[in-house]
Amino acid sequence: MPLSQRNLLDLDEFGRDDIGLILDTGVSMAEILSRQIPRVPTLRGTTIANLFYEASTRTRVSFELAARSLGADVVNVTASGSSIEKGESLVDTLRTVQALGADMVVIRHRDAGAPYLAAATLDCPVINAGDGWHAHPSQALLDLYTVRTRLGRLEGIKLVIVGDILHSRVARSNIWGFARMGARIVLCGPPQLLPHEVTRFPGTDGLVTIEPNLDVAVEDADVVMALRIQQERMEGAHLPDLREYARLYSISEARLARANPDALVMHPGPMNQGVEISATIAYGNASVIEEQVTNGVAVRMAGIYLLAGGSAEAANGQ
Amino acid sequence: MASKDLLIKGARVIDPAANRDEIADVLVRAGRIEAVDPGLGIPDGAATIDATGQVVAPGLVDPHCHLRQPGFEYKETIGTGSRAAAAGGFTTICSMANTRPVADDRGVIETILEFAEREAVVRVLPLASVTMGMQGRQLVQMGELVDAGVIGFSDDGIPLPGADTMRTALEYATRFDRPIANHAEDPSLIAGATMHEGLTSTRLGLPAAPRQAEEIMISRDVLLSELTGGRYHALHLSSGGSVELIQRAKERGAPVTAEVTPHHLTLTDAIVGGREEPAAARLGPYDANTKVNPPLREPADLDLLRAALASGVIDCVGTDHAPHARHEKEVEFARADSGFSLFETAFATMLGLVHTGVLDLPALIERMTVAPARVYNLPHGTLRPGAPADIVIFDPELEWVVDRERFLSKGHNTPYHGLPMKGRALRTIFGGETVFDLAATPAATGGSVGA
Repeated sequence: MPLSQRNLLDLDEFGRDDIGLILDTGVSMAEILSRQIPRVPTLRGTTIANLFYEASTRTRVSFELAARSLGADVVNVTASGSSIEKGESLVDTLRTVQALGADMVVIRHRDAGAPYLAAATLDCPVINAGDGWHAHPSQALLDLYTVRTRLGRLEGIKLVIVGDILHSRVARSNIWGFARMGARIVLCGPPQLLPHEVTRFPGTDGLVTIEPNLDVAVEDADVVMALRIQQERMEGAHLPDLREYARLYSISEARLARANPDALVMHPGPMNQGVEISATIAYGNASVIEEQVTNGVAVRMAGIYLLAGGSAEAANGQ
Repeated sequence: MASKDLLIKGARVIDPAANRDEIADVLVRAGRIEAVDPGLGIPDGAATIDATGQVVAPGLVDPHCHLRQPGFEYKETIGTGSRAAAAGGFTTICSMANTRPVADDRGVIETILEFAEREAVVRVLPLASVTMGMQGRQLVQMGELVDAGVIGFSDDGIPLPGADTMRTALEYATRFDRPIANHAEDPSLIAGATMHEGLTSTRLGLPAAPRQAEEIMISRDVLLSELTGGRYHALHLSSGGSVELIQRAKERGAPVTAEVTPHHLTLTDAIVGGREEPAAARLGPYDANTKVNPPLREPADLDLLRAALASGVIDCVGTDHAPHARHEKEVEFARADSGFSLFETAFATMLGLVHTGVLDLPALIERMTVAPARVYNLPHGTLRPGAPADIVIFDPELEWVVDRERFLSKGHNTPYHGLPMKGRALRTIFGGETVFDLAATPAATGGSVGA
């Protein structure tokens, strides 16, 4: 069974079957990564261009490792040191990259929607590696994968996402992904960073609620996900102070005690320890933060592989 | 040399300024309206146009457009803009001051009027900015600018930030009986915003501003109009909530007028997330041809704005024709220029509202002729004998499909591409001369007929 989608722009267009297919394929990819030589030649001769218009460590490296583990060649284009710095438009850069022979483009951009412009411009598949406040679908997929691996299910679980929901592409993609798989999602954060419209995304059917009080939100949670607080939100008058934020919204042991006993703690990174999450929690038993990073490579391999036309059956036999 | 007499026969003649709506003939002599009457005889040597089954109205008046010259000739020129306006049925167009250099002194205004004299096929009437360089601080020399031919003042595109500046501008402009027109949005609330704040912006993760950004500024401005007695014109209302603010100000006797654009009456923020139907008009998510300022809002806003236009609380329709080059729209949404190329679709869009019963045809013609003329004290927008023979002959039932590749405007930035329309100008006459004839220019008509 192939994917129904040509690109990976966000999970809103992905049905339960598509998401399940990527997660299942991720299991096969994780097996490849566990081998002595964690590499297959499946995509030999394929060139994947990573266009990173915004700084990134883990996502860029993760995509690069994923592509190389499938045998693909990788070209990295970053904003500094390229013609982007000379003012070349996104569309022109994309056309150039295509003319140079890219078979797939992975794009990270500070402006929401840039990957859609890429998809409209290019003939090859496009993967959104994060666009503005909009979407980060590969992060949501690795989060789904991590939770499914640990809890054995996604349907009916309670996920709490804590932080700056308004500016978070991770939150948005996770809303689509977890709701599509039947999870309940509680969004928690300061009210000015918690837009009511997030509960009204089409097709999420009452699965998404908001709760500005973290002590209330975490009750009976199966998963607690902290989001990174950006320093610039303080300057933008969105938040008074990090100390105040930590007092109200930090994932602490006392707060985690209100969740289910075997609740997982997640964070997309990079963390501000002592702000949105305490160090003891980040490195404690409940934390799956490092697993998220590890799983990210397998899930991105699955995404790249399936968009390149691979099937789940073939992946099993790799 | 006087041009030949022209007799337009047999049309439904709608001239709201003269309270006329009847089947009649219109006689044009020496570039002016000579007579309007049922059953005029054909004078010797007169040309005739049989307009039976069609509608004749005063040439449309657009109180708000951007012609981009001087400074941005790659987007539009006074020549191309005026021909696009003529194709849309307009014979008088009022141009905004955000040229380069800004229209803030006599030299720029004279340049614009010289270009208009040489290249325009319709009447171009410039506004000047309110403040030097549209910087929001030092007032322009209104007295000299009025002498040079300026009809009003606006920093359109940039809201006038200081209440003190607005107050002074309104007071000073009373000396010249000219309105101050403001792009009413609170600058602090719209900083960084790219669209209307709501479900669509939240879903798309786009920086957005609420409709209150407009309402706050309208509130301030109408209070200052009431304080000073200065004439205030609210540009392109987008929020339904602005309507009651305008209504209240009018009831209190403030000299306030307001306009609304065809797009704020017909499109919502949802199209920023894409449009699937009809297939020919498909838009992907984040298509910058849906980006405009103030932004498209929600269905409830459309309902209130439509009702206000019908009732007259909103005085008139302005196109806010804002042509941009392709490379300014084929970019990331946040980086794209705002605005639509609108001259060639505006009238058809508005006729669509007549077809759906929002307002009747004479009311629409009023809102697009004499009402906008009144905002700027213009004598145009009427077929009264003695007036310049500025006429549009149109077929309110003609079906066509918008094709931006056929626009006469240089700006192909439209959210209406591929949409079916019903009604359009067949012929536009300016000062007695035909400046647009659909039958004679089928290849350059803004869209295919009968498709």
